[in-house]
Amino acid sequence: MNAIETKALTKRYRDKLALDGLDLCIGQGELFALLGVNGAGKSTAVKLLSCLIAPTSGEAWLMGHSILRERERVKAVISLSPQETAVAPNLTVRENLELMAGIGGCARGEARARAAQSIREGGFAQVAGKQARTLSGGWQRRLSIALALITEPQILFLDEPTLGLDVLSRRELWREICRLKGRVTVVLTTHYLEEAQALSDRIGILAEGRLRTVGTAGELMARAGASNFEDAFVALAGERGAAL
Amino acid sequence: MNRTLAFAGRNAKEIVRDRINLLFGMGFPVILLLLLTAIQKHVPTELFPVARLAPGIAVFGLSFISLFSGMLIARDRAGAFVQRLFTSPMRAGDFLLGYILPLFPMALAQGAVCYLTAVYLGLPATANLLPAMAVLLPTALLFIAIGLLCGSLFTDRQVGGLCGALLTNLSAWLSDTWFEVSLVGGAFERVANALPFIHAVKAGRAALAGDWGGLFPHLWWVVGYAAAVLAVAVWAFRRRMRG
Repeated sequence: MNAIETKALTKRYRDKLALDGLDLCIGQGELFALLGVNGAGKSTAVKLLSCLIAPTSGEAWLMGHSILRERERVKAVISLSPQETAVAPNLTVRENLELMAGIGGCARGEARARAAQSIREGGFAQVAGKQARTLSGGWQRRLSIALALITEPQILFLDEPTLGLDVLSRRELWREICRLKGRVTVVLTTHYLEEAQALSDRIGILAEGRLRTVGTAGELMARAGASNFEDAFVALAGERGAAL
Repeated sequence: MNRTLAFAGRNAKEIVRDRINLLFGMGFPVILLLLLTAIQKHVPTELFPVARLAPGIAVFGLSFISLFSGMLIARDRAGAFVQRLFTSPMRAGDFLLGYILPLFPMALAQGAVCYLTAVYLGLPATANLLPAMAVLLPTALLFIAIGLLCGSLFTDRQVGGLCGALLTNLSAWLSDTWFEVSLVGGAFERVANALPFIHAVKAGRAALAGDWGGLFPHLWWVVGYAAAVLAVAVWAFRRRMRG
């Protein structure tokens, strides 16, 4: 069974077609990147798959559960780290982790144990007692991802996880994302080409709401006849990509 | 239930850690009570007898609960944190209970502080204080529901204006607390009687006086309004959840 399957998934906002007939299969444990420029439809795809918005037409299944008819079951197997940092600002790092574990259904004792484990493994010991709003951008983003992982999801959506981070924080976050490979199915949206190339098993290029092509970074370069990934992206996301 | 309790715990912490709002909500009604009682001491006529004033101030104080709940929900909606919550397995009922549960103890604490201050100022400390507190519960639910509704529909700035300014003034002027609404009469009195605030105050006064027959129909007005506003708030919140 694939982790994610979509069939002609479409979202229209009045006169704007945000996502146009997405057909996609993502295997379990795969790290899949949705790459595209701003407004390409990446975040819309994530919002549809995580049941934040309803599709105009089409269907998707996550771990075999329909986003139209089995929203509760879908929500039980997914977790989302939104584009903006999503933490409870007045709660400490530990309290944030315990909260999300509790919301995931853990009893208080188990929530505490999971939070302690996350603090240990995520290197949060030095900031565990600090309120989230006092943390730096890098720490907040790391916490945001740790909050998404504490419920042990089968599918994790990372929407632009390194947006606005400095190089060191970005590389640290890359290492953490790489550690998830094989354990969790990860759907990563980004417009950083090197991020998609460095992290992903496969990459899907979205442009103007349409999925132009899917493949490994090497396959995409070969398909575009380009010697580097940036040229391949420009070719596939641009007008030539529509014709390919 | 774990989810609801975890979320309720978080909401309690968010409210309690917003010190300025909390101090204002708890302190302002007490200051009003002290101030008006001090004025009363220096005027020959009975303008603000504490037995009339205390139930009114207790109801007025609860209008700040709307501000707490409305601001909390509106701020949650404004940030990305709500996306994380809305993709969790929590249902609309878990969210709503999680918002409502921590506000009831706060409402009761606010009522208790108000009545204890009134006792300090001369209100007889009788057993009727307990039913007077109990009568505050449906009023608390009404104000919490107003906050839920405003927080589901408006931005935090708009909630600040609606609940912080408009609602507090409505619940002050149209509640029979500062002056008898019947002295104004006309449309003003009809509007006041059509809204729940004056009925909440009159029910409180009846409970404090041990006039059990006088509780009704005022309590029904409050319960009816609370149920109706809560139903609309649940509808509005569910719509928000569906995006």
